[in-house]
Amino acid sequence: MAEVTFRVSQGTAEQSEEKSYRVPVATGMVVLDAIHYIQSHFAPDLAVRWNCKAAKCGSCSAEVNGKPRLMCKTRLDDFAAGEDIVVYPLKTFPRIKDLVTNVSWNFQVNKKITPCSPPKDATWTMYQEDMDRVQEFRKCIECFLCQDVCHVLRNHDKQNEFAGPRFFVRVASLEMHPLDTASRISYLKHEAGIGLCNITKCCTEVCPEDIHITDNAIIPLKERVVDEFYDPLSRLFKIFSGK
Amino acid sequence: MESFETHEHDVLVIGAGGAGLRATIEAAAQGVSVGLVCKSLLGKAHTVMAEGGVAAAMGNVDRQDNWQVHFRDTMLGGKMLNNWRMAQLHAQQAPDRVHELEHWGALFDRTPDGNILQRAFGGHTYKRLAHVGDRTGLEMIRTLQDRAVQLSVPVYMECTLTHLFKAGDRVCGALAYWREQGRFVLFLAKAVILATGGVGKAFRITSNSWEYTSDGLGMAYHLGAQLMDMEFVQFHPTGMVWPPGVKGILVTEAVRGEGGRLTNNKGERFMERYDPKRMELSTRDQVARAIYTEVKEGRGSEHGGVYLSVTHLDGEAIKKKLPSMYHQFKDLADVDITKAPMEVGPTTHYMMGGLRVDAETTSTTVPGLYAAGEVAAGLHGANRLGGNSLSDLLVFGRLAGLHAAQFAKQNKEKPKVGDDAVQQATREMLEPFERTSGPSPYDIHEELQDTMQNLAGIMRIEEDLKKALEKIQDLRSKLRSVRVTGSRLYNPGWHLAYDLRNLLNTSEAIARSALARQESRGAHTRLDYPKTDPEWGKWNHVISKDGGQMKISKSPLPQMPEELAKLFEETH
Repeated sequence: MAEVTFRVSQGTAEQSEEKSYRVPVATGMVVLDAIHYIQSHFAPDLAVRWNCKAAKCGSCSAEVNGKPRLMCKTRLDDFAAGEDIVVYPLKTFPRIKDLVTNVSWNFQVNKKITPCSPPKDATWTMYQEDMDRVQEFRKCIECFLCQDVCHVLRNHDKQNEFAGPRFFVRVASLEMHPLDTASRISYLKHEAGIGLCNITKCCTEVCPEDIHITDNAIIPLKERVVDEFYDPLSRLFKIFSGK
Repeated sequence: MESFETHEHDVLVIGAGGAGLRATIEAAAQGVSVGLVCKSLLGKAHTVMAEGGVAAAMGNVDRQDNWQVHFRDTMLGGKMLNNWRMAQLHAQQAPDRVHELEHWGALFDRTPDGNILQRAFGGHTYKRLAHVGDRTGLEMIRTLQDRAVQLSVPVYMECTLTHLFKAGDRVCGALAYWREQGRFVLFLAKAVILATGGVGKAFRITSNSWEYTSDGLGMAYHLGAQLMDMEFVQFHPTGMVWPPGVKGILVTEAVRGEGGRLTNNKGERFMERYDPKRMELSTRDQVARAIYTEVKEGRGSEHGGVYLSVTHLDGEAIKKKLPSMYHQFKDLADVDITKAPMEVGPTTHYMMGGLRVDAETTSTTVPGLYAAGEVAAGLHGANRLGGNSLSDLLVFGRLAGLHAAQFAKQNKEKPKVGDDAVQQATREMLEPFERTSGPSPYDIHEELQDTMQNLAGIMRIEEDLKKALEKIQDLRSKLRSVRVTGSRLYNPGWHLAYDLRNLLNTSEAIARSALARQESRGAHTRLDYPKTDPEWGKWNHVISKDGGQMKISKSPLPQMPEELAKLFEETH
């Protein structure tokens, strides 16, 4: 049976090293299968998160040969014969152990977002054509690959002033909900730091759900922020109406 | 002495899938303090993988639908072994629970007139499943999790419960460890809700994730709660069979709901021979047995399954209605389902049995201990209909939250757990680290999975079940000497060593119940007793702890009132 060499980054935030393993390859095998093989044959305490193994839960995010990927969806036959497969944890988040990182910051960000706020007397008649664009955002499986790749978080560590693409997608799903009445525009500008995004589309490229994060979520939200805060007509209106 | 941190809540909810989250929301709404504990990150529980939809007789597509028809379908699907009152409450309350999700932000697919769209599913008389393409579970868990976050409920993530404690006859707390650090946590609570799901990980081929190790069943059994209907394990007819790494991953019943056809290697639509009236939309037990039989008799597909095809349907519509199936097959199996058939075969999917609960309150036989969702028995009887699980989570999750909160309010006494009990439990947890030799937890797990798959699976026979019971005892003695290496820091080998205790216990309950039920009914098929026996239809199996032994007994089925019994007259 053919074998492939895996190099897995193991250790903690303080101390880590790459360890090599030879793993037999089966048809259709994915990186997560290999990690499980390593666990049961060589390294029983190798830490990894996973749940569904079918790209539906977003648990097994890692960096495979330098690219943020879901390990359950990354097939070994995507790599050249003889190429080593190198697996690292997400770089943007602090490592706990091996491939597991501390992603709790994301859950803190989520708490600050105003929830869906429909009117009390809503009839709940909604049409599919009004929902299609919102349903795209609702596909998000919270794998945080977009957060991992975003340079504002990855290279500039702006966690305190920037919510990241995942939460722009979430805000877009609420702002564009057919019956929502709340406004999150001030939040986007002042707390979520949407202005820091310079639309390089890295997030869109890594999204395993193919959500058009930049084009369909971030850019329309940026436009709403501009309309609210910089539109000269509405500024004049605000001055005179006192709102 | 092992140190530990302590947290106190009126109600402790264990498990953050649909049932646990719905229970949390309800208990918090009752004004009691609630803590939610889960093994994974929030939003990754098994509910996220549910695909096809949530069953609720709203009648948006088929106007004739109502709770009575849903009730009747559920009972007939469960081969009348269901708890009638649970089936009634479920059918009556499901529509309100679905609308509630919409009010909290869920966006279901729509009918042309702007209502929630409903699709056909096996065993449901009418189009009944509210859905979002084939990612209904994701929509549901995200909606519920955001609601719970909004209510500021503390969530203890990646925290595994290991022991429940009693004071007198009442539950009073639980021990857990943080997966991250391996440190212990004591929870004190006046009421505990178990929403810990099923036991798929006892089998080799399963659609279930690593979390499905029946922790709730194991902990509650040791505390003295009764288990019921443990012989009824659902084998979903359509799991992926190829390539090897994806074997068992679910192929949603919505594929058949949207018009998918099953064929064998001769191109025959074989369901004509098993259930000509309902064909592919027959109940899961029947379709799973049909596929098993086709393969066994040499009419299977290349990789030991059968073919499921949607190629006769519009390709664009398939991509819209079944997007995750389209991607799953394209990415993992190199199959474009709009152009070529899928290969599918049965996969362990769901536990109909579980903790015996009171239908009105979801209380187990231990005061203060509640159970909702897959961990509870009763609603689904001998076979669950697709779509009835998501509605189960919502209806009984809410009832559990409500009644646990009331119980906590009525019992003012501050919960206490003795230090000795905690120390004994932590010692038990840490023993595997102290051994210098012994079997690996991964090896024991593999042996158990093969045992259950081959000897207590979809087709059962006395001889095999007896062998399974012997093997389980053998694995139990191996587990007593299991060895764990590495540190307590995020150590999956250690976590598995503990999970095995529950897996073995539940496996024994499954094998014992399956051996005792000398008939075939629903998901339980005995090759040596192939007929359904009306006499057995009067009994549920109940499992309880009797000293160190597992005791099995028969309990008479609760009798349905006259006005409900009438609903079955024309169908019997």
